[in-house]
Amino acid sequence: MTANEIYEKLKSEFGDEIISLTEDAANEAFIVVKPQRIVEICLVLRDDPNFKFDYMANLTGMDYPNNLTVVYHLYSIPLNHRIVLKVELNKENPSVESVEKVWKTANWHEREAYDMFGIIFENHPFLVRILTPYDWEGHPLRKDYKEPETYHGVKIAY
Amino acid sequence: MTEKRIIDVDYSQVDTERMRINMGPQHPSTHGVLRLEVEVDGEIVTDVVPHIGYLHRCFEKACEKMSYPQVIPFIDRMDYIASMNNELPYVVGMEKLMGINVPDRIQLIRMAFAELNRIANHQLAVATFGLDAGAFTPFLYLFRDREMILNLFEKASGGRLLYNYFWIGGLMHDVPPTFKQECLNIISTVRKTNEEVMNLLIGNSIFIERTINVGILPADVAVNFGVSGPVLRGSGLNYDLRRSEPYLLYDKFDFDVVVGKGEMGTLGDCWDRNIVRMREMEESCKIIEQIIANFPDESSDVRALVPRRVKPPKGEIYSKAENPKGELGFYIVSDGTVNPYRMRARATSFVNLSVLPEISKGYMIADLIMILGSLDIVLGEIDR
Repeated sequence: MTANEIYEKLKSEFGDEIISLTEDAANEAFIVVKPQRIVEICLVLRDDPNFKFDYMANLTGMDYPNNLTVVYHLYSIPLNHRIVLKVELNKENPSVESVEKVWKTANWHEREAYDMFGIIFENHPFLVRILTPYDWEGHPLRKDYKEPETYHGVKIAY
Repeated sequence: MTEKRIIDVDYSQVDTERMRINMGPQHPSTHGVLRLEVEVDGEIVTDVVPHIGYLHRCFEKACEKMSYPQVIPFIDRMDYIASMNNELPYVVGMEKLMGINVPDRIQLIRMAFAELNRIANHQLAVATFGLDAGAFTPFLYLFRDREMILNLFEKASGGRLLYNYFWIGGLMHDVPPTFKQECLNIISTVRKTNEEVMNLLIGNSIFIERTINVGILPADVAVNFGVSGPVLRGSGLNYDLRRSEPYLLYDKFDFDVVVGKGEMGTLGDCWDRNIVRMREMEESCKIIEQIIANFPDESSDVRALVPRRVKPPKGEIYSKAENPKGELGFYIVSDGTVNPYRMRARATSFVNLSVLPEISKGYMIADLIMILGSLDIVLGEIDR
């Protein structure tokens, strides 16, 4: 299925939840959706016989000047097509439902996105830091992140 | 003569206590600085919690302050066993973003080096997996042969493990004049040793007993966890990015995608994952043979298309390639300046390790080591 067909089909099913489709030469096609019903959208993408997106290749956060974005890269092994979903969250309260029960891959990827960007994934089974120490402060991949000068009283050399 | 007594013990009635023990971070069997928090009931593993991040060096954050060509040496240090393969999706993605079409000769060189590096990676994976099972001799044989591949890489790039050889738009240097002959030598040696290793290790009954019916990973669970590479193919699923979404010139080459068949035990056990790696070496040899047969004799300027200033237009791309360990992806977001706005590495081993708690419950502690070895992880890539 092409990105446009996927977009049209999602649009007919979810209406206003699906915001826009961007398909141009500079980007891979991506669909921006609202965060409220992301799990339902993902379940349809996984289980609908026309989509069959059974494989989550990647999940990551993005820090844009106006919002924090979660990017889902999905792939279908039986049908060999790809789609990118994006969910835009406001910076004051960045939270979105976890898709861990749809694809287990999301478990560690969401922990990493939480660790690096401070995005809260609701109903995640074990949302703790994964790459930085458990008592680390701040979220390093945010653009406004300030490197701490000491850690446990030890000066950090850069 | 005393009468033989049969002591009948109902083991389900024996009182055991669950305890949590730490394996690592400095443990020889964990293949790096990985800490496994294992909950055991007697000798049976009931839960595993991997703690990672001991090698974390903020790859993604550091890239935001680098120019695009500076990122390549940093990528080498992710999966330091297969650095050539690491560079591949990045340079291919950047070329797509900038609209550079690389000539066939350079693509052939890239493919040859990627496949050689795949052989080197699988040699190391099989060797250390054998070591986990207690087999020392195959380890020495395989490392001896791996040296030949590293020597060729050294002649081409100057580095033995970290190459910085694939550049955006070309290569660092042309291949050495002895390239063709050395490739053929490597192939014949690899085939000879692999035959030996098949007899010595893979068909060894001790090894078979240790690896069959251990760490069974069904295909649907594997897909749901997003694992890729030999771990996924060991579960019998035919998924290889070189076939499903061909990059470079892979669509013009003849090779088979190796899948596990459950020959010795159950489909998707440790033995299957290992045999996929053994057989993939032969497929890589086949690809290299075809490359050598089609390789143009006249040399060309491999830096002709390397841009002076790498400044891609605004846009984003998810570029992926089939690494020896699985799908390695780079999500590159460019804002039109000389530094990437965001560089995301979808590390193969990171995803492959996440399946460990799922497949190691109910086995012995000694089996946990085998399962971990069969996943073939590199901590440099997991922690980034």
